[in-house]
Order: sequence, then C-alpha cells, then structure tokens
Amino acid sequence: MSETNSASTQLPGAGRRFLNGLLPENPTLRQLLGMCPTLAVTNTLAGAVTMAGATTFVLVMSNCVTSLLRNLIKPHMRILVYTLTIAAFVTIADRFLAAFLPTMSEKLGPYVPLIVVNCIIISRAEICASRQGPGVAIADALGMGGGFLLTLSAMGVIREVIGFGTLFGLRVLPEQVTVGGVVMWKAWTIMILPPGAFLTLGVLIGVVNWVQMKKKARQSGGQ
Amino acid sequence: MDIGHLVAIAITAAVIQNIVLTYFMGICPFLGVSRRVDMAFGMGAAVTFVNTAAGVVTYLLQAYVLIPYHLEFLQYVVFIFVIAAMVQLVEMYLRKFFPRLYDSFGIYLPLITTNCAILGTTLLIWIKGFGTLAQATVFSAFVGVGFTLAIVIMAGIREELDFADVPKALRGPAITLMIAAILAMAFMGFAGIGG
Repeated sequence: MSETNSASTQLPGAGRRFLNGLLPENPTLRQLLGMCPTLAVTNTLAGAVTMAGATTFVLVMSNCVTSLLRNLIKPHMRILVYTLTIAAFVTIADRFLAAFLPTMSEKLGPYVPLIVVNCIIISRAEICASRQGPGVAIADALGMGGGFLLTLSAMGVIREVIGFGTLFGLRVLPEQVTVGGVVMWKAWTIMILPPGAFLTLGVLIGVVNWVQMKKKARQSGGQ
Repeated sequence: MDIGHLVAIAITAAVIQNIVLTYFMGICPFLGVSRRVDMAFGMGAAVTFVNTAAGVVTYLLQAYVLIPYHLEFLQYVVFIFVIAAMVQLVEMYLRKFFPRLYDSFGIYLPLITTNCAILGTTLLIWIKGFGTLAQATVFSAFVGVGFTLAIVIMAGIREELDFADVPKALRGPAITLMIAAILAMAFMGFAGIGG
C-alpha cells in the first residue's frame, strides 16, 4: 500500500499533466506521435480542427474508461483492451461525423477510422490512465488533445494560407499579385499536396528544436 | 480474370499512390526504422507479409460476415482485432517453423499492430470499392511493396546523410521529413502513368 502511495505521489498531478500536454510534451512536435493525421488532414484549417476534435473526444473517453478499469485489467491483456476501447469510441465519433458533418466526414475519409491506431491515445492509456484516477486522466487527455489541436491548427494555417490563400475557406491573401506584367506572388499549390505536408512539419519540428536549444543555451549560460 | 486491370491496381498501389508518400500511412516506422537499409528492408518485408494476409482475411470477413448480417458498424473493431490477432499468430508461426526468418524480422512484428498502413489498407480496399478477392489481394500486397520501396529509398538516403553537415536543430526527424517532402515530389512524377 505504501509502495503504491509513494509511486502515485511521484506521478504528476492533474494540472501538471494538462500543461505538459500543451507544449512541453506536445504529442506531435516533441514526442513525434500521431504523425499520420498531422500530415494527412491539415491542408485546410477546418479539416485540421475537426480531426483534432474527434481525436480529443476519443482520447478523453478512452482515458476515462481505462482509468476506471485500471484495477481490473490483467497486464498481459491490457493492449488488447485499450485497442478495443479506442475502436469503440472511434466508431461513435465516425458515425457522429457521418451524420452531422457528412462533407467533412467524406473529406477526412479513412483518417477518422485510423484514430484507432493513433499512438497518442494508446500511449496516454499506458503512461497515465492505467496508473492514475479518472480526474487526472481526463485532465491529461484534455492537455494532450489541446497540444494536438495546437499543432494541427498551426499546420492547417500555414498550409491553407500559403497553398490556397484562404483561412477557413475565407480569402486572406490575393490569388495572384502582378506587378508590371510579372507575376510576383501565386498561391503555392505544392503546400496543399503531400510534399507540402512533409515540408511544413519538418520545418515546424526544426523550429521547435531550435527554440529549445536556444532556451537551454541561455539557461546554462546564466548559471 | 482481367490481368490488365490487376496490373494497373498493382502499379497504382505501389508507386502512383504510394501509401507512405501520398496517404501518409506508416509514417512512424518510416521515420523510426529507416536508419539502415537492411533494417528498413526487414520492416518492409514484415509489413508486406502481414498486410497481404490482413487484406485477404478482412476482405473475406467483411464480404461474407459483416455485410450479409448488416454489421458494417463493427468494421473498425473487427478489423483492428483481426490485425492484432494476425500479428500474434504470424509471430508464433514464424518462431516455430521459420526461426531464422523470425530472427530477422521478429522484432518488427509487434510494432506492426499499431502501424496505420495495415489498418489503412484494409479500409482503403472498401473505400476504393474493389469487387473481387483477387483485386483486394493484389492491392494489399502491392501497398506493402510500395511501403518497402519508400522506406528502403529513405534508408539509403539517410545512410549517406551521416556524412552531411546538417544544422543541429534539423538533425533527426526534421531533416528526414524534409527529405520525405522531396521524395514525395519525385513520386508525384508517376501520376500520369496509371490513372
């Protein structure tokens, strides 16, 4: 009993879990999990936000259920139980999208069902929900979902603005700028195609690493 | 059997709509296991193997069990269960009967359950509406070939990259993703072939 107590005091609390998910342990940029939806659905901001919303819903529900069941699940069966729990909630999210946002559901295509194998969800079940109570697990899920939403929105904004010149479908940049008969600016179609996804994510991860290195250098320089 | 149609499906699945570079599935192993060519090839072989088997089994299940009994809403739960079970079975079978093969790609097998390329392929078979078992089999096998192709090319490039002077912040996943962007552009060049 004392052993489990000391173990649980070492684990971060609800507030810490929530904040960790947003930036310090951002699932996509820091932990490199859930790459497939990050690349696939971010050519428009609307798609990115819908995807993050669906993933957060599944994450919250699966963390909650896993946390409540944590004392009943046998260790060797746990991955199977997590996966089936997640698959059940993904089915709910998918049916919901198909019913209320049919065009978006069609556009996201196979990527909604692929939330089942999104490593973010199973890693949170394993790292947090299987060891801590439902309150902490839900805070953790909201933090991770929020971090995922931040990254996906950043990708969506960059790719949609540069690729289409629009944001949420509203025009923010002119389609073409011509100065004296020479085309100075034209929307970069490549940004909405697969190569643009890889490039944007590569640059984002590079920038985050660079900021982190600067921060570390400043801290060690100050001491 | 319409062989020409099957060939078109195979080429489309392997290069034109490469699973990694146009569908973004299987990115985790693509970034994680692409450091050396032999490891990349082992992973590719394991994925191709499981992918083909999973494609066939889920096709049969969907066509002869789920659709006749109107249980399509169970598709995701059933498919992921089949894949997880299949990976376990393949692992045990290989360990017992092909120990040398098991040694060469045994470590990659457990990773495959959460490889979204497998679940993605089994779902794409239905999204693309393939009508026969032959088409589904050819499609899932050549998706695996396409995965192998992409991951081996990437590993080859990364082996050379060891000698390059990459800026410190870009080392690791960042530069790998940028290379993937260029690879994806190269693969876009195949777009005119099939249709």
